[in-house]
Amino acid sequence: MRIEGRAVCLGEDIDTDLIIAGRYLRTKDRSVWAEHVMEDLDPDLAPRLRGAVIIAGKNFGCGSSREQAAVALKEAGVAGIIAPSFARIFFRNAINVGLPLMECEDGCRCTEGDRISADLESGMVHMNGKDYSIRLLSPRMIAILSAGGLVEFWRKKG
Amino acid sequence: MSTLSERILGAPAGEFVDRAVDRAYVHDGTGVLTLEAWRQIADRVVTPPRFYVMFDHIVPANNSVTATLQHELRDFALEKGFCFSDVGGGISHQLMAEGEVMPGEIVVGADSHTCTLGAFGAFATGVGATDMAAIWASGCTWFRVPGTIALSLEGGLCAPAGAKDLALTYVGKLGMDGASYRALEFIGDGISSLEMDDRLTLCNLAVETGAKAGMCYADHTTRRYLAGRGKEIAIQAAEDCSYEREMAFDLNDVVPVVACPPRVDTVRPVTEVEGISLDQVFVGTCTNGRYSDLATLARGVRGKRVAVRTIVAPASESVLNEAVRTGVLADLVQAGCTILPPGCGPCLGAHMGVLGEGEVCLSTANRNFRNRMGVGGEIYLSSVETAAASALKGAITSPEDLYAD
Repeated sequence: MRIEGRAVCLGEDIDTDLIIAGRYLRTKDRSVWAEHVMEDLDPDLAPRLRGAVIIAGKNFGCGSSREQAAVALKEAGVAGIIAPSFARIFFRNAINVGLPLMECEDGCRCTEGDRISADLESGMVHMNGKDYSIRLLSPRMIAILSAGGLVEFWRKKG
Repeated sequence: MSTLSERILGAPAGEFVDRAVDRAYVHDGTGVLTLEAWRQIADRVVTPPRFYVMFDHIVPANNSVTATLQHELRDFALEKGFCFSDVGGGISHQLMAEGEVMPGEIVVGADSHTCTLGAFGAFATGVGATDMAAIWASGCTWFRVPGTIALSLEGGLCAPAGAKDLALTYVGKLGMDGASYRALEFIGDGISSLEMDDRLTLCNLAVETGAKAGMCYADHTTRRYLAGRGKEIAIQAAEDCSYEREMAFDLNDVVPVVACPPRVDTVRPVTEVEGISLDQVFVGTCTNGRYSDLATLARGVRGKRVAVRTIVAPASESVLNEAVRTGVLADLVQAGCTILPPGCGPCLGAHMGVLGEGEVCLSTANRNFRNRMGVGGEIYLSSVETAAASALKGAITSPEDLYAD
């Protein structure tokens, strides 16, 4: 599975309250989450996320189990997220909604707007003329991501 | 020899396992998305496990959109025969702690603070909505068996320092990702001095270090607590096992602390931040909304008057009933506290105590992230004792004098 996009650089310990605030959770309208994603971090960020690969610091997605955080990023058009580590519930949620996550222990040096390409099967990220290796996902996680999420994976499985 | 996680999940750390779960629960916040995902993948719910739907996040509903979503989830839960707790029943984690979860079980909840229930020697962890939908459909899920960090407790806590101060202290030491993908085990002689309420508070904060679970071995205290709720259990003996890391805590050294905004791991002694002016004090949540917490608050404010708006949310209906029966509730009301229905209250910033721009709240909850309780509001986290002393002064205040005995 290949991922391509433009780098958007974020900091460490981005929590799920910052990704989508509690005040926007009580709806099933996914466009609301996409519209308000990361609003409390930077109100101008949401439009820049379409086609973006987020390069973040450690512990991305810490905090609550709200799956709306992963859905909001996906609906906003994020192609994938690279970080040295992710909070574990967010990690599962992202895979389950079909949002690719890449753990890059060395941390990728991020320049806003850089073109990024990644290959999940080989575990390589190419950015700014440099290659980085990412932790390999399990075959099941890649299958879920390739299907577009756990719901689609289940449906195909029958 | 195994850690408690390895023993319950039946495999060594690092292995991926598929396991049937014993209990699985959602609340009104996560249940709506779970139901939506479940409808797309299944037309029936398997049993076992035992399934629960418990309304706690926005109770009663704050507007018609929330009410409609709750209506749909309520009908579903009743139709499928789930254990259902409606508005006023209390916080899901607390209800699961009132004689539901047993030692050795695998428990999943669609909420990050499901780790609270590791206090019973269960493997309890949070999952998202789609994972939960698959659990409704199959009864199973996958886990990576976590490595374990042991927190070895010696000595005893010296009042007014309590379990919440210990909890914030270990979060400060480990940091917000210090136990990512790992389990915490609380071991050592110091555990025996901690009541179940204390252990629930300790395990509740585990996720604030990134941990998958926070666990205590079931001992005589666990047995006594569950016997009081009509449940007989066997005690879990700890085995020699290999921990990834062991950290020692002398409970005698723990002092009252606060976590300063916007990070749970920015922990400082209360004495260093005394005098910060407050707009609101909040006592409650799955961290500190139990009867012992309300009684501690009442002991501090009885016969006095709070100097700042002070909101109290009992963790469950039985907590509220006990507070009515013993007179604790009357003490709180007469001291000027505002009582909310059992539930999460304003912890997640959805209603009933939302902060305004520039307002500062001292809360007994577990998260102080930026804007969590309201845009532009700041949250300090503390024990109930510190909250009581601070409510009386209208500013962050050490509990040393108020709880001198």
